[in-house]
Amino acid sequence: MSQTRKFMYINRHAPYGTVYALEGLEVVLIGAAFEQDVCMAFIGDGVFQLKQGQDTTDSGMKNFSPAYRALGDYEVNRLYVERESLEERGLTEADLMPLTWEDEEDDWAEKPSIQLVSRAQLSGLLEEQDVIFNF
Amino acid sequence: MLHTVNKSPFDSQSLKTCLGLARSGSDILLIEDGVYGALVGTAHAAMLDQALKEVSIYALGPDLKARGLPEDRLIRGIKVVGFDGFVELASANDKVQSWL
Repeated sequence: MSQTRKFMYINRHAPYGTVYALEGLEVVLIGAAFEQDVCMAFIGDGVFQLKQGQDTTDSGMKNFSPAYRALGDYEVNRLYVERESLEERGLTEADLMPLTWEDEEDDWAEKPSIQLVSRAQLSGLLEEQDVIFNF
Repeated sequence: MLHTVNKSPFDSQSLKTCLGLARSGSDILLIEDGVYGALVGTAHAAMLDQALKEVSIYALGPDLKARGLPEDRLIRGIKVVGFDGFVELASANDKVQSWL
């Protein structure tokens, strides 16, 4: 019997310019099938992955931002966004996609997946993890 | 001379190096992740404001749109161009320097 471990996926790169963001998201969605305790952290340019209003129609790239909305269905419902990273980039929580998940134990109530955390809080969350993946 | 910058200023020194070396009157075009440098209210905005006194700065529209950055969130004075504008800038300048 395997035991549940705490996984954190750290996202540090902007989407589109490099393949880190897309590859990282795919690994999270694949890994979600293994029923571990999964969360994601967005720091540095990684916060740009969650920017609302991405539209690649004029640039010929694949817009993979809608795939973040599927995370809640895979029980990946804790997306920690570092507040300092948002502020350095002139962004606020209102600039991010409104990602939600449905809580089975609370009559399927829709709850927000994104949580803003300070750098100090994130440091503590890192210490709690059994496995950390960095993209 | 036309300078192109394709890296985020939060992740790379490319934009800072480019702005430090570009002569007055140069054209600077932000493309790919370089367009994040055009955002207003960031930790780098003052550097761009200063540079705009000496050089013209452009940002590629399709790359802004892909990243969800609307024109009203850009630093005042930065001009948005399409692929046709990129071609015009490249042909109007005698040299193109890509800061990779």
